[in-house]
Amino acid sequence: MESKIKANAIVFGNNIDSDVILPGKYLVLVDPYELGKHALESLDTDFVNKAKDGVVLIGGKNFGCGSSREQAPLALKYAGVKCVIAESFARIFYRNSINIGLPVIECKNISSVVKTGDTITIDLETGKIQNQTNKQTLQGTMLPSFIMEILSDGGLIENLHKRMNKK
Amino acid sequence: MNITEKILAKAVGKKAVHPDEIVDANVDMVMTHDLTGPLAVEAFNKIGVQKVWDNNKIVVILDHQVPAESIKAAELHKTMRRFAKDQTLTFYDVGRGGVCHQVMPEKGHVIPGAVIVGSDSHTCTYGAFGSFATGIGSTEAAAVMATGKIWFKVPPTIKLDIKGKFKKHVYPKDLILNIIGTLGVDGAIYRATEFSGPTIKAMSIAGRMTLCNMAVEMGAKNGIIAPDETTTEFLAGRVKKMPNLNQLQSDPDAQYERIVDFDVSKLEPQIACPSSVDNVKPISEIGNIPIDQAFIGSCTNGRLEDLQMAAKVMKGKKVKAGVRALIIPASQEVWSQANQEGLLQIFTDAGAIVCGSACGPCLGGHIGLLAAGETCVASSNRNFIGRMGSTQANVYLASPATVAASAIAGRIISPLEVKA
Repeated sequence: MESKIKANAIVFGNNIDSDVILPGKYLVLVDPYELGKHALESLDTDFVNKAKDGVVLIGGKNFGCGSSREQAPLALKYAGVKCVIAESFARIFYRNSINIGLPVIECKNISSVVKTGDTITIDLETGKIQNQTNKQTLQGTMLPSFIMEILSDGGLIENLHKRMNKK
Repeated sequence: MNITEKILAKAVGKKAVHPDEIVDANVDMVMTHDLTGPLAVEAFNKIGVQKVWDNNKIVVILDHQVPAESIKAAELHKTMRRFAKDQTLTFYDVGRGGVCHQVMPEKGHVIPGAVIVGSDSHTCTYGAFGSFATGIGSTEAAAVMATGKIWFKVPPTIKLDIKGKFKKHVYPKDLILNIIGTLGVDGAIYRATEFSGPTIKAMSIAGRMTLCNMAVEMGAKNGIIAPDETTTEFLAGRVKKMPNLNQLQSDPDAQYERIVDFDVSKLEPQIACPSSVDNVKPISEIGNIPIDQAFIGSCTNGRLEDLQMAAKVMKGKKVKAGVRALIIPASQEVWSQANQEGLLQIFTDAGAIVCGSACGPCLGGHIGLLAAGETCVASSNRNFIGRMGSTQANVYLASPATVAASAIAGRIISPLEVKA
């Protein structure tokens, strides 16, 4: 996985729950690309179209609250989301995202300095976030090295596969 | 240390742990179900190990799309059935268990002091028995099945000190809605929540499960209650071995990030209005909300005690014309007890439909979904947009007694308003 990301932002508000990210009725789907077709449709029926060429999702507080469904971050990843930056995350969503190789960064005040359509660059190694459109720079919470390793391996399974075969 | 810290310290083999420390904990039990399990099986097969780390510590329960409502769901069930058989896991098939969070303690898989993870957010329910229990995702469940370990950041703890005696027709559900309304849906994010005080001490296991179940709705990692004689009374005959409960009490000098006091003695029935669980109002401020559906069930409020209070309200009454009422006992055991006590007959006579033990309409995947413009009052745990069907539907959350009263009235009312 690349440690530097550049894409346009789509901004959502506080408490974006995993039911609106991916409604329960789609949990019987197993193909991640099929899940991706329904990402965030409850809030924006055109989201999938906007995200397909790659976007950075910006959230407020408590992003991903609710259900433990890993299909929620999977749907985002396969819809084209390259990274989620939020003021805070619900913990299961946060862990799930890392475990499937979708970068997530906590950053206070992010929603006040980014508008939908702004171009964002992110350096995952340093946690530095730059809004290229309004030239503002923010510092996201640095990920501990073992989490960075999971992300750079592409997810927890790939990381575990590597570690278990090393033994 | 407080109880959460004590359990985590033991699970990592240390004398003490402190908030924000990252630890690699040994897991005592893993639970997975039909909607998150198949992804876990797929992930497990990619790790490259043949066998799970301990087949006695993994439980598979089919409860979400039960019985299978589509070919896709049937395929998911088949995947889980085969995995459980191949790995010789404890398995509860359709008709053998019920809602996972009810089945786990009923069947003795929850022990005070244990570290339990489940690929379901309401795994925190088991904190009612003094265990450290939290929800994880499918991939992480696969990793735990392979290794028996998981990393945690030791959470700071918020203590919720509860005193006072509930008024008539006010229940633990009303208390937890009030707490979530006060703290907010992100009020306990990344935190442990410990419920204590004289009200908790006097509370039944069913009520304690309702509280811990909804800890996740304020973002908490876990909810926990010190185990006592109420706990042992429930678990006796269910668990193989009871641990020493003295080691599972918070020390008098235990550290808390903050302590929040609640007094239930003046509390009235509470309602969580659309579309956030912290949009909570006392029922006197709710106004006139006509309903199309009433649902009593789920891992939050589908236990015998919940059905008893609903039956008390509905006995000899009729569900209002134009309203459908769904009753879903949380497990086969609850179903059977409710049947023996004649509760199911009371519901049926009232014009309610009694369904088989499963998650039902709570997560909008199976039966009892809502059409656009419809309103449901439910004893379940979430009222998010689209949670129970159409994104144009509205879900209000309440206690089973309030839901039962509302089914009779055809609008949201207090159970106190129902005339005997």
